[in-house]
Amino acid sequence: MTLALDTLGRLESEAIHIFREVAGEFDRPVILFSGGKDSTLLLHLAIKAFYPAPVPFPLLHVDTGHNFDEVIEFRDRVVAQHGLRLEVAKVQDWIDDGRLEERPDGTRNPLQTVPLLDSITQHRFDAVFGGGRRDEERARAKERIFSLRTAFGQWDPKRQRPELWNLYNGRHRAGEHVRVFPLSNWTELDVWNYIEREGIELPDIYYSHEREVFLRDGMWLAEGPWGTAREGETLVRKTVRYRTVGDGSCTGAVESDAADIHAVIAEVSASRLTERGATRADDRLSEAAMEDRKREGYF
Amino acid sequence: MSDLLRLATAGSVDDGKSTLVGRLLYDTKSVLADTLDAVHRASADRGLATPDLSLLVDGLRSEREQGITIDVAYRYFATPKRSFVLADTPGHVQYTRNTVTGASTAQLAVLLVDARKGVIEQTRRHAAVLALLGVPRLVLAVNKIDLVDYDEVTFSRIAKEFTAHATALGYTEDSVVEIPVSALAGDNVVDKSANTPWYSGPTLLEHLETVPVEPDPHDAPFRFPVQYVIRPRTAEHLDYRGYAGLIAAGTVKPGDEVVVLPSGRRSTITKIDTADGELAEAAAGQSVTLLLADDIDISRGDLIAVAGNEPNVTDELDATLCWLAEKPLRPGARVLVKHGTRTVQAMVTDLRDRFDEQALSSVDSPGSLELNEIGRVALRLAEPVPLDDYSFSRRTGSFLVIDASDGSTLAAGLVGAPLPLLENGVESCSGGGENATPDNHALVSPGP
Repeated sequence: MTLALDTLGRLESEAIHIFREVAGEFDRPVILFSGGKDSTLLLHLAIKAFYPAPVPFPLLHVDTGHNFDEVIEFRDRVVAQHGLRLEVAKVQDWIDDGRLEERPDGTRNPLQTVPLLDSITQHRFDAVFGGGRRDEERARAKERIFSLRTAFGQWDPKRQRPELWNLYNGRHRAGEHVRVFPLSNWTELDVWNYIEREGIELPDIYYSHEREVFLRDGMWLAEGPWGTAREGETLVRKTVRYRTVGDGSCTGAVESDAADIHAVIAEVSASRLTERGATRADDRLSEAAMEDRKREGYF
Repeated sequence: MSDLLRLATAGSVDDGKSTLVGRLLYDTKSVLADTLDAVHRASADRGLATPDLSLLVDGLRSEREQGITIDVAYRYFATPKRSFVLADTPGHVQYTRNTVTGASTAQLAVLLVDARKGVIEQTRRHAAVLALLGVPRLVLAVNKIDLVDYDEVTFSRIAKEFTAHATALGYTEDSVVEIPVSALAGDNVVDKSANTPWYSGPTLLEHLETVPVEPDPHDAPFRFPVQYVIRPRTAEHLDYRGYAGLIAAGTVKPGDEVVVLPSGRRSTITKIDTADGELAEAAAGQSVTLLLADDIDISRGDLIAVAGNEPNVTDELDATLCWLAEKPLRPGARVLVKHGTRTVQAMVTDLRDRFDEQALSSVDSPGSLELNEIGRVALRLAEPVPLDDYSFSRRTGSFLVIDASDGSTLAAGLVGAPLPLLENGVESCSGGGENATPDNHALVSPGP
């Protein structure tokens, strides 16, 4: 047997180390879990990190209400299967009691920030695991693995601590918390290769299927509780799949015949668009869109 | 051969580092169409005729406004031969902070110089910091070679001067490579340039793809900082008690005799567990769970080491600090030291000297250590801790110095004096000066 780890082995070992550091140093960690592929991978690694004991953290889903049914069904099934505890913060509740207002464009991704921060405060979570990766976007390339947030959830690039060796400094003041990104060093292709190697189940919508979609701003959007085609937009039946899963009103499908993991890996290897650029309308708003949302406390 | 290389870049302002990194990403087709579109758009907005590749990597708004990079950024690219994790460290303000951060995990560093300026003071300082942090290999990218008309003599002079400096810092000649490049024009970055027929070496990417990567220290004595105790307390695993951690050095097998530090209790490994099943052997870099024959009290912060070759357990140590905070260090300061998985209170009992980076020599009893300065201190710890020298192991010889009041990271700490340069100055070091004891020479070699 060879003892040298390959790339995926190193990434897995690093992520497990990060989970265990947080378990050892924080009082109330939580894993953000939407049922999407990155958070499913995150949960898979957490389960491996504490085996044969159960994962010592609850899960939190900030639910925009603009979900794909398949993803919510998958989310609940995974939670039940592993005997986990899931907290759900529904954006709709915040809209109903006036703490948030629906945006004119109907998109709810930017509205997730307030329910997320309110939930962190309410449950006194001190470490919040997210599936963010540094290869996703330029503003994320400078993100730390342990990212200190103020009591307002804000991220100040100039206040971030240097990260040396594999020593993480998670000290924080009361009310502050740390966002933790165990997948920081993974690329999209690493994620898919690992999902294949480990045989991790994902919601079906990551694989090609037929769906009624309409074209808006160069993206194929599906109809749902968030609305449907406007005047001048036509619903057509296409063979598509999703590369990311978020708010249905701004998560686009890509035309694809990739019906299984092997086909997806072949497609991702050959793709000429980043995951976010291909499928997230909200990141296109401005050149510094992601940086601005991070400063506000979004991931 | 390892399929993953972690590297860091370092250079001065205007050496064209962002352009070089942008070029590596661009020419390895690691930049995807939409990102490239954004760069084309932004370049056109600024009235540029060709895309400014530095825009691919200058991420934060304030950086784009000032046209400089502020913080360490991580880039990912891959070729059919290898995957790369690149820590892109800015060269101007806070350069030590950034270089130390990038270098702490790097297996190789790419230093940039401007061919018109050659090896400058900052190049020497960067190389010294990289040697101190134990980065095993260096590449000098002699950039803007097009601006000296692809002149071989200029390149050779710079290469010779750099090799001499790196050798003085303890690098062997085969661990240092110089390459003439133009990041802007693409010469010798990915593809071999027709403009430098006199250069027969590899392009930068060819070198990165083929350079031997120092493996994790498998042949070193076993070291395992305990992160977390796994106790399922379920019917199926009623008496399970496993010690979770990442192997910092060496290898381990069931049956190995180990000692738990600082208590000194001995036991035997009975099982190496993972979620994928038991292992017959595990090595540095792997996250595993160890089970022992004896029911002894072990908790987070303890270190499991091979019996008979264990680290010193001490509450006093000499260390080298890279000071990373605005607030200066003064003798007598009370701080926290995070070593492995243990955090202890500590006091800086003496500030022995400061590395004078201008003169590449040391200044005795400096009185304070300021932001970005490197110096040697004596520390007293509130409790004994098992410590290895940094020159023995980057993982178990390193620590963080933390401000107990606001939790900020104040310094990167290295057990011992990994670079005798700090003691002797670079001149006497290169000549094996009278203070350079055989022990010091043993410490010179930058190893993992």
